[in-house]
Amino acid sequence: MDDRKSDEPGTTAGRRARGELESGVLATLYGADEPMTARQVRDRLPGDLAYTTVLTILSRLHDKGMLVRHRAGRGYAYAPARDEATHTAERMRSLLEHGTDREAVLTRFVSELSEEDEQLLQRLLSGRADEGP
Amino acid sequence: MLISVYVPLLIAMVLAVFAPRAARRLAPRPAVWSLAAAALVASLGWLGSLALLAFAGLVQIPEVAEEGQWSVSAVRASDPVYLTVAGAAALALLASVAGLAVAATRQLRHLRWARRECRLLPGDTELAVLDMESPEAFALPGAPGRIVVSRGMLRCLSNGEREALLAHERAHLRGRHHLFQTLWRLSAAVNPLLRPLSHAGGFVLERWADEEAAVRVGDRTVVAHAVGRAALATSSNRSRPALAATGGAVPQRVRALLAPPPPRRALPFVAGAALLVVCCASLADATTDSEEMIETAQHAACAAAATSARSVPPHDLCCRHERPDGPVQHR
Repeated sequence: MDDRKSDEPGTTAGRRARGELESGVLATLYGADEPMTARQVRDRLPGDLAYTTVLTILSRLHDKGMLVRHRAGRGYAYAPARDEATHTAERMRSLLEHGTDREAVLTRFVSELSEEDEQLLQRLLSGRADEGP
Repeated sequence: MLISVYVPLLIAMVLAVFAPRAARRLAPRPAVWSLAAAALVASLGWLGSLALLAFAGLVQIPEVAEEGQWSVSAVRASDPVYLTVAGAAALALLASVAGLAVAATRQLRHLRWARRECRLLPGDTELAVLDMESPEAFALPGAPGRIVVSRGMLRCLSNGEREALLAHERAHLRGRHHLFQTLWRLSAAVNPLLRPLSHAGGFVLERWADEEAAVRVGDRTVVAHAVGRAALATSSNRSRPALAATGGAVPQRVRALLAPPPPRRALPFVAGAALLVVCCASLADATTDSEEMIETAQHAACAAAATSARSVPPHDLCCRHERPDGPVQHR
């Protein structure tokens, strides 16, 4: 596997920030329909990231085998390597769909909605919702 | 003893009724800590009170009294508790301890499973993506913990909302929120009356993570929309039975995020802290009373023995039961 950790003496904060950036980049690529160049990824990430920072993260993820890339113009366009994600989904599916008491240790982002909840939520969001995804 | 031993039981009930309501309205972070403190003290108080009540019954059994060399009649004279009450307390204590043992084993097993799962997830990134269309997102505690999100979830959120989702789950992992959950779950196993604390705790943990995400993203509305959109997407994709009937949790979170951050108020915390202090104090008081009761009874047994066996001077028999500050002149 990749062993790039040694090239950065890296404080905890630095490693942490890098980890967060990796998550952001992965989430962006998985959320997109098609491969993206480093510049496109940067435009979708919050904050003012340097182009080179994004490029570094992308090639690091590529080295780890988490992204695939192909030539696009002068650079590369990146897309997630989905086979690992598919494999993981297989493992998690039974847990998520059937629900076991192992769920006790997961903190889910959102809980189930009742019908009234759903209507209330629609109203709450449309009250101020102008921006779409 | 007569009253103070029941105070922790009463306080556990008061907390179970009022703490969840108060916690939902307060700033989430201090509310989480308060609920944790409440659950800890209330369940220890519960166990302590039951143990003291059971003990007060135990010492009235003649065989036990003989072994411990105290006088049953002296114990009964100090009128500790009815034997039926003591018996019920002993049964409740057994049930509580058994419940705690079962819950602790189960929780430990789950946490171990989560830890293993964190290692097994592919890659060494904080985020692990599941290639499935149904929207899913959760934090998996481990060393280090992982954020697990499905592709379906990532695709239904905007750029800012994805960041909010990641910040939310990150807050769970950084804050070690699973430890709070464990504490509440165990306290509910000790005393089922404390279950509302556990429910409210789950809600305020989500609120804590929401607020932290809002600070991180710098926009409360974006986080509100992330939560709302994710919930709607999940419910429109409902292919599985409802798992947890946490009625209204999501709308409450969204509403709280659309409103300004909750103000910090001191009064509920002071009131809660006062209750916990009273709980500890009465438990200590009841313990001291039990101790004194036994000492008195031992002394009485001793004196009685001395009177019946005239040849032995009473001091030789009884002095080992004297308190340290008592007379020791015979030495």
